[in-house]
Amino acid sequence: MLPRGRRGRGYEMNPLVELSQVSKTFGDAAAVHEVSLSIERGKTTVLIGPSGCGKSTLLRLIVGLLQADQGEINFDGVPLGPENVDNVRRRVGYVIQEGGLFPHLTARENILLMARHLGRVENTMFSRLSELATLTRFPEALLERYPVELSGGQRQRVGLMRALMLSPELLLLDEPLGALDPLVRAALQTDLKEIFARLNQTALLVTHDLAEAAYLGDTIVLMHGGRIVQQGLLNDLQQNPASAFVTEFINAQRTLAAI
Amino acid sequence: MKTGRDPRIREWIRRALVCSCFAGFLIHSSVFAAEQVQIGSKKFTESYVLGEIVKRQLNDAGISAEHRQGMGGTIILWQALRGGQIDAYPEYTGTIVQEILRDIDSAHLDLVAAELGKAGIGMSKPLGFNNTYALVMRRKRAADLGIHAISDLQNHPELKFGLTHEFLDRQDGWQPLAVAYRLSPQYVAGIDHALGYDALKTGQIDVKDAYSTDAKIAQYDLTVLEDDRKFFPRYDAVLLYRLSLDGKAVVALRELEGEINETTMTRLNAEAERTKDYGEAASLFFGSTSGATPKVFGEGFWRKLSRWTTRHLELAGLSLLLSIVVGIPLGIWASRGGVLGHVILGGAGVVQTIPSLALLALLVPLPFFGISVRTAITALFLYGLLPIVRNTAAGLQDVPKPLRDSAVALGLSSRARLWQIYLPMASRPILAGIKTSAVINIGTATLAALIGAGGLGEPILSGLNLNDHGTILQGAIPAAILALLVQWFFDLLDRVLIPKGLRL
Repeated sequence: MLPRGRRGRGYEMNPLVELSQVSKTFGDAAAVHEVSLSIERGKTTVLIGPSGCGKSTLLRLIVGLLQADQGEINFDGVPLGPENVDNVRRRVGYVIQEGGLFPHLTARENILLMARHLGRVENTMFSRLSELATLTRFPEALLERYPVELSGGQRQRVGLMRALMLSPELLLLDEPLGALDPLVRAALQTDLKEIFARLNQTALLVTHDLAEAAYLGDTIVLMHGGRIVQQGLLNDLQQNPASAFVTEFINAQRTLAAI
Repeated sequence: MKTGRDPRIREWIRRALVCSCFAGFLIHSSVFAAEQVQIGSKKFTESYVLGEIVKRQLNDAGISAEHRQGMGGTIILWQALRGGQIDAYPEYTGTIVQEILRDIDSAHLDLVAAELGKAGIGMSKPLGFNNTYALVMRRKRAADLGIHAISDLQNHPELKFGLTHEFLDRQDGWQPLAVAYRLSPQYVAGIDHALGYDALKTGQIDVKDAYSTDAKIAQYDLTVLEDDRKFFPRYDAVLLYRLSLDGKAVVALRELEGEINETTMTRLNAEAERTKDYGEAASLFFGSTSGATPKVFGEGFWRKLSRWTTRHLELAGLSLLLSIVVGIPLGIWASRGGVLGHVILGGAGVVQTIPSLALLALLVPLPFFGISVRTAITALFLYGLLPIVRNTAAGLQDVPKPLRDSAVALGLSSRARLWQIYLPMASRPILAGIKTSAVINIGTATLAALIGAGGLGEPILSGLNLNDHGTILQGAIPAAILALLVQWFFDLLDRVLIPKGLRL
């Protein structure tokens, strides 16, 4: 097996990522405003909220695609800064809609890209790849295909494998299932839940689908206008809404029963 | 095992660099290896013929000489002579006074020679004929209108003038002539000398400038209008040469003084135009016995064609390599936007707007360049830049933001992102830019002949000059075929260099 990084320290009770009073402004508009949030080890945290509420921005701040204007982000107890951002990125997997695959590389080349960049030993890489293909239910025969030759769901599975290749301590998923049709989406949701459980994976997932959030999340973080409105289980949000917006947001997501 | 694209592209670029350095060295050495006397000539029949006569004269005296035909206008030749790229060329006293020395008080030949001496240039005595400017019309048209002299044109402002660009701009040319004769025609256009004869023949123009020894005057049945106000100065043909030229060569050159009269020159010009061969005309001057340039049509043509084509490919290929080696990094910088990006794209755009002939003329007086293959390659290189720079920049900018983010978030270094992700993803537009540059270069390289750099422009120029469509096509058809082959070659290259995943 591959070395599991600092996974061994997962028993420590301190959170893997801690944001304190983080703000980010684009022009005049505050995208994220004084957000404080802890991402617990081994848990799946789901960021949810309407478009433009700042949930994707939060993800991009954690992986260093954006720099916070104010506040501090601690990764495994160390403040995130320009000097350690490369190191942190290698301990984080990042998955976006459609997988973010590079079209000129095959599925296999996409997945192995970073490992090769770091000069990892080929044999270990291949056993890891094989293991991931089984885990994500991706047929190994399709690994030689280019992204354009794969279906949306298959691309997403490849994106997931690429993110998991180096056994990241944190997996960030930015609306990974947003572009998929309902059947594929449901299948992937089931698989994701199983994968997270199997790997004891710390994950932070962005979605605007409440059912998905409830199904995958150990904690749901509801955002609105760049702030965290409420955090907890779906039940908490339903039973003890922190504001009228929480109720409004929950009710907006109609269930079949309500129609 | 595939090892990613990074090393392959770098290897390719490394090879390209080595090749271009090596080829640059070859051209450099071929330009300077020659210890031969270099003779220049201007882009018209008489100058070509005189250049050939001088070459023969030197060869007969046991001196090795090379004739670099049709190098363009007065100033280019004068600069080349002063710069030592050529050692001698035929010139006319009127041109020396009006164009080269300009502010000289007297046209007395001793004074002119003294002035030239200050620049390190010697002047022979006149060769024996006066080839002055003249205005010509079709004989019948002039007769119908009752025009005999230039002053008769005053009453016919409706006549169309088609004048050479040099004549239009000369200090002893069109403008002072119009003032002296009070001419104000409604239509005056600039037209190439040889094409002007066609225009005159078909009646598109009525009046044209010509040289008084021009063979076409008889050939097209034209009438020379009398210079009744004695406007045109004398244009006695002389030879200009570098004073540093070997004494034996100078003696040989000066043996030509007074040896060529107007009748002879007109006959030689006519012979050159009839046979399409300047060497032939020169042989006629020396008497037909020697026949220094035996003409073997089949073999001669193919050999010439291969020489032109080889040189053409050298010019276009080397300049293209330079454009690629310089253009892609510039494009990468430009893609990052900001002031630098605008400066790069703007600069490359401005170069493109300079007419190619003007760019050549601007480069020729510079010390490093002069009349050389280097100048042609530099000009072509500059023309080839814009498509490559712009396509590289646009291609890189078109890499979608989510994919850029993915590359950054993966933790790839900025070098790896560029070489393994961005450049391969932009390979299609970059190659398209290179293809555009290549095709442009094949076309523009024909102009290199104007500064004696050779290539397929050589037959085009001399064909234009001889008004011989066959000769023009000898250059134009191979150039067109080359352009097609280049296009086809790059289409193949696309299949090799554009990653498969982008072609599906």
